[in-house]
Amino acid sequence: MEEKRNLLEIKDLVVQYVTDEAVICAVNGLNLSLGHGETLGLVGETGAGKTTTAKSVLRILPDPPAKIQSGEILVDGTNLLALTEKEMRKIRGNKISMIFQDPMTSLNPVLTVGDQIAEVIMLHQAKSKKEAYRLAGDMLELVGIERSRSKDYPHQFSGGMKQRVVIAIALACNPEILIADEPTTALDVTIQAQVLALMKELQEKYRTSLLMITHDLGIVADICDYVAIIYAGTIVEYGTKEQIFLNRFHPYTKGLFNCIPDIMRDDNRLIPIDGLMPDPGNLPEGCAFCERCPEAMDCCKNGMPDQKEIEPGHFVRCFLPYKEG
Amino acid sequence: MQETILEARHLKKYFPTSKGMLHAVDDVSFRIGRGETLGLVGESGCGKSTTGRVILRLLEATSGEILFDGTDICKLSKAQMREKRKDMQIIFQDPYSSIDPRKAVFEIIEEPLRVKRVCKTKQELAERVYELMELAGLSKRYINAYPHELDGGRRQRVGIARALALNPKFIVLDEPVSALDVSIQAQVLNLLQRRQEEMGLTYLFISHDLSVVKHISDHIAVMYLGQIVEYGDYQSIFKNPLHPYTKALLSAIPLPRIDLERNQILLEGDVASPIDPKPGCRFAGRCRYKTELCTKAEPEYTEYETGHFAACHCCKD
Repeated sequence: MEEKRNLLEIKDLVVQYVTDEAVICAVNGLNLSLGHGETLGLVGETGAGKTTTAKSVLRILPDPPAKIQSGEILVDGTNLLALTEKEMRKIRGNKISMIFQDPMTSLNPVLTVGDQIAEVIMLHQAKSKKEAYRLAGDMLELVGIERSRSKDYPHQFSGGMKQRVVIAIALACNPEILIADEPTTALDVTIQAQVLALMKELQEKYRTSLLMITHDLGIVADICDYVAIIYAGTIVEYGTKEQIFLNRFHPYTKGLFNCIPDIMRDDNRLIPIDGLMPDPGNLPEGCAFCERCPEAMDCCKNGMPDQKEIEPGHFVRCFLPYKEG
Repeated sequence: MQETILEARHLKKYFPTSKGMLHAVDDVSFRIGRGETLGLVGESGCGKSTTGRVILRLLEATSGEILFDGTDICKLSKAQMREKRKDMQIIFQDPYSSIDPRKAVFEIIEEPLRVKRVCKTKQELAERVYELMELAGLSKRYINAYPHELDGGRRQRVGIARALALNPKFIVLDEPVSALDVSIQAQVLNLLQRRQEEMGLTYLFISHDLSVVKHISDHIAVMYLGQIVEYGDYQSIFKNPLHPYTKALLSAIPLPRIDLERNQILLEGDVASPIDPKPGCRFAGRCRYKTELCTKAEPEYTEYETGHFAACHCCKD
């Protein structure tokens, strides 16, 4: 692949949770890149290492037990993992922001939402208190909440509105990278549609790069440009949305698509992926998907397949030979 | 429709709160045919789980009738109801909190058998537990495992085995796959469908996920703020939705497709409060077709096509 300059580049990231009983290999040699103004969907099931990856970018993993064992996380060429804690604090919430899954727990219940938005602004920008609160009001309006509600506490808002407040906080300092970790999973579908539409609109307006972590391929189809499928801590397939949706290759990606009920189709039975995700404390030697793979071959048991490019910009980690068309 | 096994008539469940009466279920009526699945969809707080619980008398209805096999179970005494519960079971949403963490799989599954004294000997009991585990797709080696040793999918299978223990006729499935990953969700859905076909089970399938509901249901009822706003077979609901809420709900589902153009209907605002709801249509505050009539009179539940009902003032045209 020709080297284009990416905003965020994760190289060979290895994260483990080390406890007395076991070593849990949550992320195993993960590579990922995100360009300016792009949206990348990181798709995988529970325990695949999605959130761990996101938290390593912001360096907010609980240490101990989590340890970033090796790898690089480059933002505009700077390796975040080499920064001091003080330097890192300037980046969090300013250059890189994160939206968490559960809006009920990611807001502070004893501070008003205005306080919480103004806090980020005062921390990162040389603004007076008054100015910060005025900007906080602007942010609220931006996400579709009346300015007058900035004196309200989180419990006075509904789930969808709380998530809007979280988005307002995340965008308050106009970050270059926004990491959204399942931002709509806790919301109802109609509210989810509102929040996604808002995120899409704001992202287009401010050209923020978005790393969207989700398990819902429907959301990916809706807002992402690129898709990375993660399984047992590695990216098994990466490509543009079109490549993944129309020309998917990895058996796991295919399996994922087969097991979601599609309201456009009248099929009688779903085709589930047999078995379970391997225990990250005890990963198999070969391809992690090997045991559940309907197309597994002998070589799959012995070693991890290398990443190969099957068409321009479409990468797969699988031993199966690629046939054109 | 098949012969009716369960019928709810004008079911109401109100909860008194400090702010007023919460109308969780407000005049809900439906029928489920033997061996069929009724999908009950709606957003959080619309009263779908409450409906499921009222049907089993886990909560007492404020008013209304529940006819199961022709008898009004609301009128049964405690002892009679206990007998009836053999036929009516429930599977809960969260397999992490619906099974006792201090009991092993064997004890969880044998409990209903023991309580109802179904098996005469220990041998027979053990055989039945093994049989149930097999029916639920649980491998025998988990017989002495504790819930914390199992993942979500397997725990849900324990819940299924327990619900099947007494050969029920009817099962309420309250969001049985919402807590599971998609690949596991598909396994569990297939299992539920297979058991239904083999054992002639009737399901009330409660979910917020329309795609899952469509997949498993024969008929679908859409709930909004304690009321059923639309009812029909799964095809008519999806091909020809009548109620504006159903339309919005359908268009809000993120589809895993990129080859389709879709016009999304975005609803404004949030679900209104179910506490002492205002007269008129409950959906009026978020509805784009709202007229003056909608805020005054409650729309009547009308049959627009054969077997396809909706409660809306505006969907006639």
